[in-house]
Amino acid sequence: MANIAIPRKLPAYRVPGWRQVREQARRYPLVPLAIILLVLVIPAIFANVIAPHSPTVGSLSNRLQPPIGSGAEVIDGIVFSEGGTWAHPLGTDKQGRDILSRIIYGARVSLTVASISIIIAGIIGTTLGLIAGYFGGNIDHLIMRLVDIALSIPGILLALVLAVALGPSFQTVIIVIVVVFWSRYARLVRGETLAIKSQDFINRARVAGASNFRIITRHVFPNVVNTIIVLATLEVGQVILLEASLSFLGAGLPKPTPAWGLMVADGRELIVGSWWVAFFPGIAILLAVLSMNLMGDWLRDKLDPKLRNV
Amino acid sequence: MQRFIIIRVFHSVLALFAVSIIIFGLARISGDPVAMMLPIEATDADFARVRAAWGLDKPLHIQYATYVGNIFQGNFGESIKWKGQDALSLVLQRFPATLELSVFALVISAVIGLPIGVIVAVKKDTGVDLAGKIVALLGQSMPSFWLGLMLMWVFAVQFGLLPTSGRGTFKHLILPAVALGYFQVAAVMRLTRSSMLEVLDTEFVKLARIKGISENMVVWKHCLRNALIAPLTYFGLIMGGFLTGSVVTETVFGWPGIGLLAIDAVRARDFQVVQSVVILFAAIFILSNLVVDILYAYLDPRIRYTH
Amino acid sequence: MAMTQNEIVLEVNDLRTYIFNRTSTVKAVDGISFFLRKGETLGIVGESGCGKTMTALSLLRLVPKPAGRIVGGEIRLNGEDLLQKNEDEMRQVRGRQISMILQDPQTSLNPVFNIGNQLIEALGVARKDNRKGMVARAVDALRNVNVAAPERRLEDFPHQMSGGMKQRVVGAIAISCEPSVIIADEPTTALDVTIQLQYLRLLKDIQAKTGLGIIFITHDFGVVARMCDRVAVMYAGRIVEQGTCRNLFNSPSHPYTQALIASVPKLEERVDRLYSIEGQPPLLSNLPVGCRFEPRCPHAKERCLAEYPPSFTIESGHSADCWRLDAAW
Repeated sequence: MANIAIPRKLPAYRVPGWRQVREQARRYPLVPLAIILLVLVIPAIFANVIAPHSPTVGSLSNRLQPPIGSGAEVIDGIVFSEGGTWAHPLGTDKQGRDILSRIIYGARVSLTVASISIIIAGIIGTTLGLIAGYFGGNIDHLIMRLVDIALSIPGILLALVLAVALGPSFQTVIIVIVVVFWSRYARLVRGETLAIKSQDFINRARVAGASNFRIITRHVFPNVVNTIIVLATLEVGQVILLEASLSFLGAGLPKPTPAWGLMVADGRELIVGSWWVAFFPGIAILLAVLSMNLMGDWLRDKLDPKLRNV
Repeated sequence: MQRFIIIRVFHSVLALFAVSIIIFGLARISGDPVAMMLPIEATDADFARVRAAWGLDKPLHIQYATYVGNIFQGNFGESIKWKGQDALSLVLQRFPATLELSVFALVISAVIGLPIGVIVAVKKDTGVDLAGKIVALLGQSMPSFWLGLMLMWVFAVQFGLLPTSGRGTFKHLILPAVALGYFQVAAVMRLTRSSMLEVLDTEFVKLARIKGISENMVVWKHCLRNALIAPLTYFGLIMGGFLTGSVVTETVFGWPGIGLLAIDAVRARDFQVVQSVVILFAAIFILSNLVVDILYAYLDPRIRYTH
Repeated sequence: MAMTQNEIVLEVNDLRTYIFNRTSTVKAVDGISFFLRKGETLGIVGESGCGKTMTALSLLRLVPKPAGRIVGGEIRLNGEDLLQKNEDEMRQVRGRQISMILQDPQTSLNPVFNIGNQLIEALGVARKDNRKGMVARAVDALRNVNVAAPERRLEDFPHQMSGGMKQRVVGAIAISCEPSVIIADEPTTALDVTIQLQYLRLLKDIQAKTGLGIIFITHDFGVVARMCDRVAVMYAGRIVEQGTCRNLFNSPSHPYTQALIASVPKLEERVDRLYSIEGQPPLLSNLPVGCRFEPRCPHAKERCLAEYPPSFTIESGHSADCWRLDAAW
């Protein structure tokens, strides 16, 4: 039978309308991406260009200026506060430092802590996960027991011990985050490795005489990269939250670093009269974490839907 | 079931030992552990006394044995900040306050999170569901210390409805418990929603409907018990989360519990007290995980027989 | 109407069930009509995705909400239109007057409740009986489906039972309240062949005893021949041909029916390759204006492309939707 397929009806060509454009836009996480750039990445990179004032030096004559939009406060003819000015759009703190500038520099701090700790945790966790999954046996057992233990140690408590033993510092924060987060990579990567190990191309590589090291780095690792990227993105938000909590408690970054958590802590005792000192840094944390979470969700759906339950 | 419990108990004990080793190690990494155990103005006699009590002149493994032995006898050393007081009893004094806060926060997260999770699952893809999603997302992205401060600002400072800090009446409890519970409300809700959706889609739910059972029974009897398994495993983690979260919340609201004690101790570099808190919290955390695993096996008959 | 064997228990007229997605409307059931007599078995045959299961769910008014909706038609069960009932009244109908056996016995039972609990629940909906009476009735229900030692089975959990046993329990739940119609949605696909046969025989036995009307949903014409009195062939949301089993096997009139029957492997004939229908059924979200089988039909003409054919009666009780049956073809 001559089987020349001639479509009887051609689908009508339609000019893409607004709906198509919107559909396309929906395929990319535009809003979270924009927030990430606006709140985290751009301020972090260009802090010294954008920030109107120094993050650490203020003038005491400018103490506790309210943000733009709040009116002057005059009681019995005494001017308590002159209302917000554009010189300090988000107001100033107790030492007269510009809050906006501190938030901008804070993005640099948060992003630096998050990326360094996630990279270290990722490397440690991935390596151990690959080893555990690939070799199995006793070493797998040992590593997984370590993972169980790590998962049962509450991060903030560990930070408290470290803060006392080593003193609060940038390194302390990194160590705490790495100790808390490496195990998740290890567990996930091990699971993936187990699944990949049993596939044909691994056996073929082995038959072809490839060394274990080569198989792991050239065959297994490329197949778990997506998983690692998704997990890392999902965790940026959590790392930012943990760092902020630690700093808030005084067990994280030391003063006068412009860390968001520290700024909220500064605002705690001022909450009665000067709400803005605590309010704006908190909004920065919220936006950063929210957008990273949305981004992570989106990436997960795109790259690795089986991670749904992580 | 028995074998399962034994294995789980063994794992828990192992985890506790790991925590003790970490703390033991940390005290030594940072230099002379005795220096951390004593105030700056301590005399040589004090040093000698502590050194002997903890076996610090002996090799490391004996030091560790002494350390574990002391801990088992409830001897966590003496506080520096609160002079001469036993670290453990300091912690235990504060325990009721923290427990009160955690339990109330847990009740909030369960009583709000579970039903809302069920409802948003049943109303999937409607406005209710969307609202739930937004609340959950905010909950997971909001720093709890900041939420606490904002709640304090609105309800205590602006409207004067509730006290800003301290402990005493039920009114004192509300703000801290909400601040502590909110993050978990969101998490419980999300978890309940996703496991409810999974269950709502199963054949046995269809069969239950075919039987002519009312939709309420389908949702609250057939689905919930199956769907509860995931959130329940989570409640153990929540309890642990509350204990650590209480450190933050208690600091915000000046709630006189263990968390606040720990922070005061950290600021005073009072290692003995911090160590007691950490070991106690870790033990509770690990224990609640254990309880959850056993509960989980009880709830899902399939697990009982496979383990 | 007299209570005879010919009494019609279920009559469906022009039933339409659509699923409204964000971007499209899936016409899963698009204007189907059929009837079922007391004690009769009607087979609904078609490929997967042709709307069979959605038809079954529509009869119980259990179309997945909120996307799915019954948009038109009537479902007359024992004379009453189910589409006019509210949800509470509908619950009284489900289980009691019309019931259903689902495809997969492995997952049809709730894993956290024991068998007795699930059976009694089904009974409890129908009659307000005391607890002891219900246990006795549950035992009876299990005995009816040939479960050995039914008293001891009540305490068992689903994971402790074999697939065939679970399927019988599901059957027991479905028939426990003596409904007048039962829908069996491919009840045997998940079972192995010998258990399938046992199960089908069991259903026939129960039918002979109780005068139950069975709607048997399947994609397997072999099973239809064994089980059914009458057959409705479904294609892309419509019934394209219906008639008695003999009508369809002896003189299939719709090209789709012909193709389906040709594709049943016959033991007595040696065939080099199984017949299969070329092409794919149309998307239910994007149906052609004309005959839905037209793109795959070897006989298609202009007219088939332009207009959906009406139902032509071939003989009493046997009809098909195909332009070839028109005098003007």
